[in-house]
Amino acid sequence: MSEHADTATGSMPSRASLFIPLAVFLVILALLWRGFSLGDPHALPSALLNQPLPEFALPVLHEPGRVVGSEAMHGEPFLLNVWATWCPTCRAEHAELARIAEEYGVPIFGINYKDNPAEARRWLARYGDPYVFSVVDADGSLGIDLGVYGAPETFLVDAEGVIRYKRIGAVDRRVWDTKLGPLLAELRDAS
Amino acid sequence: MIPELGHFALALALGFAILLATLPIAGTFTGRLVWMRSGGSLAAGMFAFLLLSYICLTWSFLADDFSVAYVAQNSNSLLPVYYKVSAVWGAHEGSFLLWTLIMAGWTVAVAVRSKGLPLDMLARVLGVMGMVSIGFILFMLLTSNPFDRLLPMSPSDGSDLNPQLQDFGLIVHPPMLYVGYVGFSVAFAFAIAALMSGRLDAAWARWSRPWTNVAWAFLTVGIALGSWWAYYELGWGGWWFWDAVENASFMPWLVGTALIHSLAVTEKRGVFRSWTVLLAIATFSLVLLGAFIVRSGVLTSVHAFAVDPERGAYIMAFLLLVVGGSLALYAFRAPVMRADAQYDGLSREVLLLVNNVLLVVATAAVLLGTLYPLLYEAMTGGDKISVGPPYFNAVFVPLMLLLLVAMAAGPLARWKRTSAKELVRNLGRIAVASVVLGVLLPLVFTGALDLWAVVAVALAAWITLSLVQDTLSRVAHKGDWPSRLAAIPKLGAGYAGMWIAHIGIAVSVIGIAMVVVYSDERDVRMTPGDTVDVGGWTFRFDGIRPAEGPNWTADEGVVTVLKNGRERMTLLPQKRHYPVRGMVMTQAAINPRFTRDLYVALGEPLGGQAWAVRVHYKPFVRWIWLGAILMAFGGVIAAVDKRYRRLAERAVERRRIASTGDAPLAEGTS
Repeated sequence: MSEHADTATGSMPSRASLFIPLAVFLVILALLWRGFSLGDPHALPSALLNQPLPEFALPVLHEPGRVVGSEAMHGEPFLLNVWATWCPTCRAEHAELARIAEEYGVPIFGINYKDNPAEARRWLARYGDPYVFSVVDADGSLGIDLGVYGAPETFLVDAEGVIRYKRIGAVDRRVWDTKLGPLLAELRDAS
Repeated sequence: MIPELGHFALALALGFAILLATLPIAGTFTGRLVWMRSGGSLAAGMFAFLLLSYICLTWSFLADDFSVAYVAQNSNSLLPVYYKVSAVWGAHEGSFLLWTLIMAGWTVAVAVRSKGLPLDMLARVLGVMGMVSIGFILFMLLTSNPFDRLLPMSPSDGSDLNPQLQDFGLIVHPPMLYVGYVGFSVAFAFAIAALMSGRLDAAWARWSRPWTNVAWAFLTVGIALGSWWAYYELGWGGWWFWDAVENASFMPWLVGTALIHSLAVTEKRGVFRSWTVLLAIATFSLVLLGAFIVRSGVLTSVHAFAVDPERGAYIMAFLLLVVGGSLALYAFRAPVMRADAQYDGLSREVLLLVNNVLLVVATAAVLLGTLYPLLYEAMTGGDKISVGPPYFNAVFVPLMLLLLVAMAAGPLARWKRTSAKELVRNLGRIAVASVVLGVLLPLVFTGALDLWAVVAVALAAWITLSLVQDTLSRVAHKGDWPSRLAAIPKLGAGYAGMWIAHIGIAVSVIGIAMVVVYSDERDVRMTPGDTVDVGGWTFRFDGIRPAEGPNWTADEGVVTVLKNGRERMTLLPQKRHYPVRGMVMTQAAINPRFTRDLYVALGEPLGGQAWAVRVHYKPFVRWIWLGAILMAFGGVIAAVDKRYRRLAERAVERRRIASTGDAPLAEGTS
């Protein structure tokens, strides 16, 4: 341990300077932590936040003759869920959506995104249908207007049709308890 | 059953990793030889169970077991078999299993090829690698289990592998990259072991060097493959985007390059020891930081997979433990830098230090640019911005120019001291010749002068000519020319490796500059019969026809390429539709040649029979990757230098002699 002896006898600045890398690393880590905890990385900035739902006119999945627009959903705060049969994550979140519709009585509307309507109807028949209705967005045009990255995504929309929150990825118990649920309660209190 | 077996094997591998992290190192404290020797077998056990786990996951893919969530999300019954095998590493969980398996592979390799290593050193190195492995395996078991089931609602078919990844480039790019990434854990483990034992000497540098070279070579190839893949698969014709994920692989490469050179100085001259050990820690830290950036979702990027806060939190804690712990160990144990006044102001040591400083500054610039969005977000309380190529090019290019200038002088300078006069005499003629070539070559071939083309050609010539000069001066004492030439191969594999890798840099520099300066590209609207002239070639759009693959259908454009009115080739760019994911992919058609690529990609249909078509002429674009291949080749050549084997054999011999005198720890205890 002759080096330690060196340190004691006057090259202290050298020993201290060996701590610089550690200090630099800790600063970077703090920065990462800050950036990381600042928000849910799923909450990407959405130009649509606090904007009204885009206009659309799409057929209803179970009544192909009936074409609806966003006003058909207005009246009370609701969830708008983007789903498809080709999306296993949608299947994973399906039970949670059913639970939310059942327990909280919140209307959930679906956007059947880039999908085959016949398969979509079979899928709902098999796994249950938590939606008031789903609209068929076969070519993904509404998806483009909504800035959809993939499925599933879920929008929380207030009674006037203004988007209040966007969730990219599955809605699970944690997301509901920490984000969507409280926000919905707020919206209901406000109206 | 098979997925559960895989999961169980993963848990067993964790057990082996825990033993590996504790037993051999405990042996070095208690002096128990059996414990110290256990490292090799424990590493083999860890590797065997990780391999079993990996095979189980591959089997689940091949058997279309869509009850496994990871398989359901990344495969489909229609996916061709080779993509089912490569889909194993197509997303976060499986790719991390591969990463961990490769880490275990490196650990076993160290254990096997460690003949010359003192027993206690080997025990510490394997122990450190075991500690890192614990972190990786635990990460999978806690946050990213690839064997999670989708029960009871298992889908009848999977949602297919991301079409972007259904490609040869993806089959080879990630494994190469991972071999490089975790290969740096060996240099890291050697550095930590040396700090633990307090023996930070030339021998330590000598042991680390071949491992570091090989890891660096793989990382080089991995990065080049990623660049090549982005070039032909993303349909943009670009080859580097300064994307956060690309930067994550580039930063360890830059610091790893510095490390290779610093290790050379430490081995040959015994100086810069603290600095070298810091670089070894920094390289692996940047590997882990890169993993954090890619896998936590802290930075959004086109490549980022696995966006998940839990994983991010885990990796943060892991980073704090591994990197913070190593840097703390470094702070307390690294030898305080003394005035090693054994080299002059102008010497090879100093030139290599310049190389190191430039590379580290460049890394810091890339790191700053990569993390700046986070900094900005933290300061503004949530606003997001991104830092793009303008920043990176502005800081990176000048630093690299300086580095290229210094690079030629390095090999020519002598250890300890070089007389400035001699260096100037040697380099003066080369400088003049380089500038002449830099002006002449572009002028002759293009008939015009462009500043960047001149600079690039001159620098490439500067590097190449100085290497030639150096070789000639090394054999100059041999008398006549035949015996001088005969002496060149005897300069050794280490020297040859350096030579080839530096030529690789020159080749890449040419490629980059030619693509940047002379590329010609057009985005045009074309109806059948339309032509467009790009880079001296005529491209005629002959219309669209349908095409079909195992899991996709496509619109295929027929583009006939003419030169001087004669038909030379037909290019068939595709717009592929993958129905399972509902995704559309661009498949560019490329005609590659040594000195130019012709590149055609289909854009969007514009109604009627009109399509947007993107046509590129890319001179010398292959040279960018050819250079990288040369660099990697050089790295490997240098690593197999006989010197290392001879040293190992000598050490074994010494130990044998020592052990007959009943002193097995002659080199061991400190």
